[in-house]
Amino acid sequence: MNELLIPTITLLFSVAMIGAAFVAIMVKQVSIAMLAAGLVSLLASVLFLFFAAPDVAMTEAAIGSGLTTFLFFFVLGRVRGDQRD
Amino acid sequence: MVQIAMATGFILILMGLYGALTNQNILRIIVSFSVANTGVNIVLVAIGYIHGRTAPILNEAVPVAEATARIIDPVPQALVLTAIVIGLGITTLMLAFAYKLYERKGTLDISKFSELKW
Amino acid sequence: MIKRAVVILFLLGLGSLFIGLMQGYIPDTELNQTGRYYAEHTAQDIGAANIVTAIIVTYRGLDTIGEVTVLFLTAAIVGMLLSRGNHKGKSLQRELPQSGELLTTGSYLLVPLILLLGAYVFINGHLTPGGGFQGGAIVASAILLMLLTDPLRHFSHQLITVIESVSGLLFVSIGVLGIFYAGGFLDNRILPLGEFGSLFSAGAIPIIYSLIGLKVGAEFSSMLVNLSETEDS
Repeated sequence: MNELLIPTITLLFSVAMIGAAFVAIMVKQVSIAMLAAGLVSLLASVLFLFFAAPDVAMTEAAIGSGLTTFLFFFVLGRVRGDQRD
Repeated sequence: MVQIAMATGFILILMGLYGALTNQNILRIIVSFSVANTGVNIVLVAIGYIHGRTAPILNEAVPVAEATARIIDPVPQALVLTAIVIGLGITTLMLAFAYKLYERKGTLDISKFSELKW
Repeated sequence: MIKRAVVILFLLGLGSLFIGLMQGYIPDTELNQTGRYYAEHTAQDIGAANIVTAIIVTYRGLDTIGEVTVLFLTAAIVGMLLSRGNHKGKSLQRELPQSGELLTTGSYLLVPLILLLGAYVFINGHLTPGGGFQGGAIVASAILLMLLTDPLRHFSHQLITVIESVSGLLFVSIGVLGIFYAGGFLDNRILPLGEFGSLFSAGAIPIIYSLIGLKVGAEFSSMLVNLSETEDS
């Protein structure tokens, strides 16, 4: 593949991931933080694909990004009403 | 390219730890931990990458005879695969305990749980 | 305020450690000794095209048993923590808005397809990217779709437990068979290695990985069902 294209894409994804992580840690609403954490995982799974690790990419997309976010939302639905912070 | 990804991973670890140590809400602490977890995985996968090589799967594109010269290190990938699955287990446990704490006190603010504080 | 300063100081120390690690890092241009061994010997010894699968299921199969045990413990603890205070019949009183027509019809169409994809992923784990853990997660996401369509649906915990226990037992007994008929615990050569790259190859790896897939899928499903069934308000 192109010598310059892959590092550029990596850099782009890195910036997006750090931005999403910033949102996940700083934003006021808990639900948005959970979605942002899921976004970090999803971008990481695409990054794993560029690093020639398709197995890890599949696992991260299915488990880290999919199931974890849903587990967070199940618990959030139970404790709704206490969303200060 | 490897350096960029490693730096990203390290920054994610630091951000996650910062969030886990400064946030008050237990759910947000757990979210921060999962961000740090992703960062660790990125660092490990980046270490296993060798420039210009391909995935450790032998097929028509990578014949068995050329495997040593064509594939990247498979061991970090196996480790990260384990780490992701265990990470989900840990996150689930933390969430179950957070729910249990909420049931007992009616709040998720970590500063309200002061029984073991000294 | 002083707490935040301590946190930032701690993170600065950790960050300088990381910077030191990154400066000392020299990218490899060759495989190291372990990687080279796996690259050279997997095709003849194990017969699996996907080297990551060979490492997970055979070379480091004991780690995988430990991993599956940790998952089982997690599922058991979550079930134990959340089952108390779960009054019967209470969930029926809660009024829920009807899930939309689109979601209901879509789930009838998609659930069998997702289950099929999960089975495909874990049966082909030794040839293509994928395997038991990924396939198990995909199977669990089919259960998740059913839960989203009808949150009050009652899943049989009995069935989930039976699937999990039986596949776990079979996994360990195949491992023990390896002691008697092949080189050691979890050796995959109890079955013929077959033709390299075909579906029925790599000895016992497809069977072991399918069992892992079923077990992991059952464990993830039980976590999801337990967390979504907790009703108390």
